[in-house]
Amino acid sequence: MDAHNTEAGLSFQLNGEAVQVVPSPGERLSETLRERLDARDVKIGCNAGDCGACSVLVNGEMVCACLMPVQKVAGQRVDTVSGLVKTDSVAKGLAERFQDHGAAQCGVCTPGMMVCAVALLREEENPSEAQVQAALGGVLCRCTGYRKIIDAVRGVPVSLDETADAGSAIRRVDGAPKVEGTEVFGDDVAPAGTLEIKVIRSPYPHASFSFGNLEEWRETRGFEAVLTADDVPGVNKFGVIPDFADQPVFAEGVARFRGEAVGAVIGNPEVIRELRPEEFPVGWTELESVSDVVSARKDIAPQLHQDRTRNEMCRGFVKCGDADAALAQADVIVEGAFTTGFVEHGYIEPEAGFAEIVDGRVEIHVCTQAPMMNLDALEAILGMDRSKIRILPTAVGGGFGSKLDLSVQPFLALGALKTCRPVRLTYSRTESLQSTTKRHPADIRLKIGATKDGKLSGLTFDGVFNTGAYASWGPTVANRVPVHASGPYRISDYRAEAKGVHTHCPPAGAFRGFGVPQSGIAQESLFDELAEKLDMDPLEFRILNALDDGVPTVCGQVFEQGVGIKACLEALRPAWETERARADRFNVDAAGSFRRGVGLAAGWYGCGNTSLPNPSSIKAGIKADGTVILHQGAVDIGQGSNTVVSQIFATALGVSVDSLTLVGADTDETPDAGKTSASRQTFVSGNAALRTGETLRGKILRDVNASEDAALKFGGGMIVVSDGDKEHQIDLKKLSVDRDGYVYTSTEQYDPPIKPLDENGQGAPYAQYGYAAQLAVIEVDEALGTIKPIKFVAAHDVGKAINPMLVEGQVQGGIAQGLGMALMEEYLPGRTENLHDYLIPTIGDVPPIQTLIIEVPDAHGPYGAKGLGEHVLIPTAPALLNAIKHASNVRMYSVPVTPSKLRQAIKERDNG
Amino acid sequence: MPYLAPTNRDEAFRFLQSHRPKIIAGCTDYYPSLKQGEVDENLLDITQLDGLRGITRLPDGWRIGAATTWTDIVQADLPPAFDALKAAALEVGSVQIQNQATVVGNLCNASPAADGVPPLLVLNAEIEIDSPTGNRQVPLDQFIVGVRQVDLQGDEIVSAILVPDISEQAQSSFSKLGSRTHLVISIAMVAVVVKPNAGRIEDVRIAVGSCSPVAQRLSDLEKRLVGLSIDDVTRFEFSQDDALAVLSPISDVRGSAEYRVDVVGEMCRRAVLDACSRG
Repeated sequence: MDAHNTEAGLSFQLNGEAVQVVPSPGERLSETLRERLDARDVKIGCNAGDCGACSVLVNGEMVCACLMPVQKVAGQRVDTVSGLVKTDSVAKGLAERFQDHGAAQCGVCTPGMMVCAVALLREEENPSEAQVQAALGGVLCRCTGYRKIIDAVRGVPVSLDETADAGSAIRRVDGAPKVEGTEVFGDDVAPAGTLEIKVIRSPYPHASFSFGNLEEWRETRGFEAVLTADDVPGVNKFGVIPDFADQPVFAEGVARFRGEAVGAVIGNPEVIRELRPEEFPVGWTELESVSDVVSARKDIAPQLHQDRTRNEMCRGFVKCGDADAALAQADVIVEGAFTTGFVEHGYIEPEAGFAEIVDGRVEIHVCTQAPMMNLDALEAILGMDRSKIRILPTAVGGGFGSKLDLSVQPFLALGALKTCRPVRLTYSRTESLQSTTKRHPADIRLKIGATKDGKLSGLTFDGVFNTGAYASWGPTVANRVPVHASGPYRISDYRAEAKGVHTHCPPAGAFRGFGVPQSGIAQESLFDELAEKLDMDPLEFRILNALDDGVPTVCGQVFEQGVGIKACLEALRPAWETERARADRFNVDAAGSFRRGVGLAAGWYGCGNTSLPNPSSIKAGIKADGTVILHQGAVDIGQGSNTVVSQIFATALGVSVDSLTLVGADTDETPDAGKTSASRQTFVSGNAALRTGETLRGKILRDVNASEDAALKFGGGMIVVSDGDKEHQIDLKKLSVDRDGYVYTSTEQYDPPIKPLDENGQGAPYAQYGYAAQLAVIEVDEALGTIKPIKFVAAHDVGKAINPMLVEGQVQGGIAQGLGMALMEEYLPGRTENLHDYLIPTIGDVPPIQTLIIEVPDAHGPYGAKGLGEHVLIPTAPALLNAIKHASNVRMYSVPVTPSKLRQAIKERDNG
Repeated sequence: MPYLAPTNRDEAFRFLQSHRPKIIAGCTDYYPSLKQGEVDENLLDITQLDGLRGITRLPDGWRIGAATTWTDIVQADLPPAFDALKAAALEVGSVQIQNQATVVGNLCNASPAADGVPPLLVLNAEIEIDSPTGNRQVPLDQFIVGVRQVDLQGDEIVSAILVPDISEQAQSSFSKLGSRTHLVISIAMVAVVVKPNAGRIEDVRIAVGSCSPVAQRLSDLEKRLVGLSIDDVTRFEFSQDDALAVLSPISDVRGSAEYRVDVVGEMCRRAVLDACSRG
């Protein structure tokens, strides 16, 4: 034992400064850094070396801080991202490039990425792509698809725009804290030493239970409090869709999925550290469970909810024309049964938050996509007036739909109220995997007909979706799927039904695309089969049948403008022809087991809630000193709403984005901009921002009788209005100030025009759709059943790219998720409850992606813009499946296509 | 003194005897295996022990000290027969893991999917085990006795891996099959060492991992390959060969048992051909 590590403590250099700590034996370096030395820039995503977010340099070598006892760094030098960007010239340059490229989206993996990149760049000034992939292979990112990270590390030149209005590629307005390690995520708010909450969960998919003497146990073990259903003062039931609210905060007597909360323990960090969940006084009786929809729909299956017969939660239905008659008349018919599994969102930031009582109100800091919905739910659960509750969203380290639902929020609120002290709770990766929502597994039967001339003639779709133990967003999936299952094509005879069925699995909820990626797999796969039977080119077949302006959708909705699918498909034509020819040549020459394939698929997605109101409000004000404040409540989960909404508002007001001061989402400070879901923030909140900007501008111009074209300049207590050769000066100090301290203010709302769906799903579910078509090039190793994606070309109609750089980021990130869903991801309760058994793509798995931005403006969109967030992964999986078919002449009906499954299919092909 | 990282061997053994600590080194398997509430009061970190880190040339082979990391392996100057071990090193988790984790720790953890075992089996590695009463050597295939089970007593510490001399002409190859590029536990793994002579295989060793509780050598297959030319290997029916019957893979989330057996023959062929091509 050396002088740096004695009984009195150990010392080391942290970011160049000597520090001394007295840790517990075997304490993880990550914990010491975060909790004893306030280095919250070190992020913890898995605590198992699987994600690399906690990467730091020890004596210049990258290591996972979560896998290193702090005792090992005694006398050594530790560098984290926040220190490196202050002092290290390599890191400083990298931080600029990360922002130029948009290489940080949510930013939670960024500290790990940056640290590893610094280690690489110190060794190799101009690394190759392969060197970057090797060096960064240990850090997972779920947002970016990695390509922009590779470009940023390699210093690929970037062309940002000088201008900063709507349509300009500019840096994220919130990018600097992400690369400097100062961004505050869900687990970064609580002061060290805060009381911790540990949730006690069911080890069984279905079990009855009863508690022992909780109070006696609590006292013996020295915990502050124990929470169970008895501690819920309001309604022990929540759900994102009020009519389907069915999920308890704490299960009462019966647990319906493995990982369901039955109780929680609150205590000091030291006692929580030693809490073994199995010592909690609860007795279990395991009950019969069902995990798939076929078993769950049998008469003898255990019922999860009494009022939902045969475990059926709900149905969605769309019908137009006469599908059966059209199929009977079709010259060619294809049909197929497709299955998909549970998919985990896999954001690198597990659910986390902090709550405290402030002036008699409970304030919850939490990573969430839906602060106002959190508030609504807590109002009922806590039985408290909503004015007594405040939700302060932290930065969100990825969401993708799962952070729309409640997770830690009720435990935090109940804990703070019960102990009257601040409390914190961060899910372990396993808890996050076990207990939060997943993408619905789907069982889909689909039949499509066409006439000899290649025109579609009838489509029937029957989808059963495993919605798990509780409803969550299952009803939305059931509604959205039949509306979208036609794909962006003209089909006049159509019948689609989707059912949500309960099982003893984790709740399936919202995940980027709400069931549409699953239905897209079936429909786009069969389109290729249909084209083959018709002896038509798959691309031309799609173009022939593509929707167009003035053509009704399957819901009978007619858009007179803005339908961009044909433009997307046509944009792929050059790449399609080149790549198909190249692959065919490769396969003719190929020796051995390697085959190339090129596949394509299209998709569409309605932006905003399905036939339901979903307004957004945006507020802005001008202070007496001339500062322009934007109250931007559209939660940025990495996708870029802070930047996009700012660009739209700034353009409407006529100022530059960098002159804005943002007030982030906060239920006290920002009006309701709705949830970050349904690809609605650019479209809906963007429109609200546009109106707010225009209204504010109108007020100012009116006060000085200036024309529409006048230029505004804010600052120094003045607004200077330059109108042609006239210049007006508004002395803001002379104006009266409102409650918020504003001399000018405006709050505007936007709610997309929609119409309800009738019993046949006819109506106007969305005010706009976005459109997409993607092409995938792959190489199959037939002997091993492995697939190597070579490249993607993605054409996306976004109406108007408010920020082209962010558009590319969305496309690349969505493709990476679609690739994961297609090739490797499946959540199996009890079996893939960590990030080394549940695999998401790494930096080595995502090939180059060429993004073709298509702009067919939409009359409803702000500056013509359409939503994009979910569209991006819908075509990816079917494009890959179609590429597999092209390469190896096998049609895969089930994802993920693991090497095992593909090899099996290839053997069956060879054996006839 | 619950966390001890001694430099002195005797101090380590005294602590081992008095406190029965958990022995740790790179800790990359140790922490992920901890469950909520599990706290080890006593830890013996062996990485600071004198002479335990690094690779040394012995008169009759090489000694890989127990604190040697995977990165140390990658950076070491070793004959081509170690290329398989180096290739395996580069596929252990990520660079972060390779910088922390030790080769010996990988063996002691005794996972069926331990990346280090096949390349060391084909090097005929032995394990050197130290104890207060002296040291003993055990062949690697006898050291790992089952899933998570090794031949190590409570008063013993693994001090090194010993690799006997091997011809400079021997070439090696390693291949790991997984569902993604980095940070992946293998579905199947193959390591081979080949000594080619005038276009034919004079000697060959093949080991397969992740296809049985403990990775193993395929000695029958090895015998059948001796004397074959590269063309013969290209045509050899690996998958039909009953030499693979010694494998007993399980079906798990990574792949089915049937799949593992199906592909491992092809992996063996490619690894043998790759090694031959390096000669």
